Amino acid sequence: MSILIIAEHDNSSLKEITLTTVTAASLIGGDIDVLVVGEGCTGAAEAAALISGVNRVRVADHACYNGQLAENVAALIQSLANDYSHIMAPATANGKSILPRVAAALDVSHFSDIIGVESADTFKRTLYAGNAIATVQSSDNIKVMTVRGTAFALAEKKGSAPVESLTQVHDLGLSAFISEALAVSERPELTSASIVISGGRGMQNGDNFSMLEKVADKLGAAVGASRAAVDAGFVPNDMQVGQTGKIVAPDLYIAVGISGAIQHLAGMKDSKVIVAINKDPDAPIFQIADYGLVADLFDAVPELEQAL
Amino acid sequence: MKILVMVKRVSDPNVTIRVNADNSDVDLNNVKMALNPFCEIAVEEAVRLKEAGIASEIIALSIGSSQSQEQLRTALAIGADRALLIESDTALEPLIVAKLAAKVIEEEQPGLVLLGKQSIDTDNSQTGQMLASITGWSQGTFASKLEINGDKINITREVDSGLQTICLNMPAVVTCDLRLNEPRYASLPNIMKAKRKPLVTKAAEEYGVDLAPRIRTLKVETPNIRQGGEILSSVAELVEKLKTEKGVI
Ligand SMILES: Cc1cc2nc3c(=O)[nH]c(=O)nc-3n(C[C@H](O)[C@H](O)[C@H](O)COP(=O)(O)OP(=O)(O)OC[C@H]3O[C@@H](n4cnc5c(N)ncnc54)[C@H](O)[C@@H]3O)c2cc1C
Repeated sequence: MSILIIAEHDNSSLKEITLTTVTAASLIGGDIDVLVVGEGCTGAAEAAALISGVNRVRVADHACYNGQLAENVAALIQSLANDYSHIMAPATANGKSILPRVAAALDVSHFSDIIGVESADTFKRTLYAGNAIATVQSSDNIKVMTVRGTAFALAEKKGSAPVESLTQVHDLGLSAFISEALAVSERPELTSASIVISGGRGMQNGDNFSMLEKVADKLGAAVGASRAAVDAGFVPNDMQVGQTGKIVAPDLYIAVGISGAIQHLAGMKDSKVIVAINKDPDAPIFQIADYGLVADLFDAVPELEQAL
Repeated sequence: MKILVMVKRVSDPNVTIRVNADNSDVDLNNVKMALNPFCEIAVEEAVRLKEAGIASEIIALSIGSSQSQEQLRTALAIGADRALLIESDTALEPLIVAKLAAKVIEEEQPGLVLLGKQSIDTDNSQTGQMLASITGWSQGTFASKLEINGDKINITREVDSGLQTICLNMPAVVTCDLRLNEPRYASLPNIMKAKRKPLVTKAAEEYGVDLAPRIRTLKVETPNIRQGGEILSSVAELVEKLKTEKGVI
């Protein structure tokens, strides 16, 4: 068996979620190669070489991979695919966009967002916003899949894999990168933070999120949101937790002014400890919270900040 | 320019789905069904492009059971011009759905294909990307804004760290995210009108695509259900419990 993992990175550094995909791959067994595709991505490649259990890092560094355009990156992966039994990527926006394209090009099926490895051809994944878990088996010669970051532990960083440059360029000319509006935050990333505090429609506006930010800064936490808060324009889309946003599983998740719709729960119910602050004692979020405070958030949140 | 918009029949997003007794699948008996919310957004976007004079005709395509006609009628009521149902009694995998859709593209030659970014039943998020791959077209996934300029289309995508804007050559496949638009409610007259719009049904077997599944579902289980804990009386008590009982702060 031989596995290719597509690294998630921002060219200069590797995203931690890549380490969880390596752990998932190590449960399958066999040689693990990591592919770093980007422009000016030496930093990310060097970081990938440190991951324990990695056999080789392959780097495709070219302007045509700027912005991880799916057409070009998929063509590159397709050209390497025949050396591998498995192709895996973290279930990020990039992974989810690129790997199904690769799978179809190889005429094989694709598993999205796996949460368990049963054997080399059998995996677990969730359906219906996490209300069902399916065990699925593929009969294809190459297995292509994305991996949910919260379902696997981080691989260690004690390795020293060789780094190899790939010289062939796959520029299909179908698409072009224009611009990026990236969130800048000093706080930890939502998907890897050990504490997350999220706000919902109950926050009433974007300015009130500063109350959550103050708590977050005291706890070293990331700030998240429900879809309702994002749709209302309180906060940007990259903060959405849920079935169709980000999946998080921190040690502590604090839900503030969030009712607890199944689509929100799908993104956070694997957190170790869940706290809910909501003024409605019947809010469904209390049914899954370890600790609940039936309170007005405009009293409870400043009080919490003071108490920390 | 023709737009092809793909729609899927799924369980209503407000219904909690349960696993059936023999763990072979989920139980959809008597469950309320609906148009996948992301597909609804795709239909709305197509209709807006037609209203803006950019699209000339909207064809709604569904690949699924004969009951998917209901969802196609919904798409027609929102404003699609005609509909095609490729009927299959068994649920088809995304790769096969994409191959069938590629056949429709050969016949219809649309300039743009719009789909939802994922369906809320299987949560796969695959069909659009696979279709773009099979047709060799460009793809714009998770679109929250689109802008057509001649034979190019600019797509703003919701990505992990914010928003990314890319430019695609047309024809293109675009998958729609939540914030692309807010779908209208179909008016009663439009629902009535939709009943008279053309809806053609074809069997999946007619397209010469291998429909055999590649994936076997061995079992379907209920996840561990989290139990509610305690309601506390004060913030002080909460902080104390998080410190001493759980050790998480
Ligand atoms: C296709 C689809 C995908 C979706 N994907 C997601 C997703 O990824 N993530 C997601 O979160 N949702 C998602 N949703 C939306 C989801 O169904 C809910 O609508 C949403 O989660 C509700 O957000 P909320 O809890 O902030 O708002 P509400 O349900 O309106 O809840 C607000 C809560 O705040 C409380 N509150 C109000 N004021 C105060 C106060 N002063 N003090 C204390 N409490 C207060 C209220 O009691 C209430 O419980 C999706 C829906 C669909 C159809």
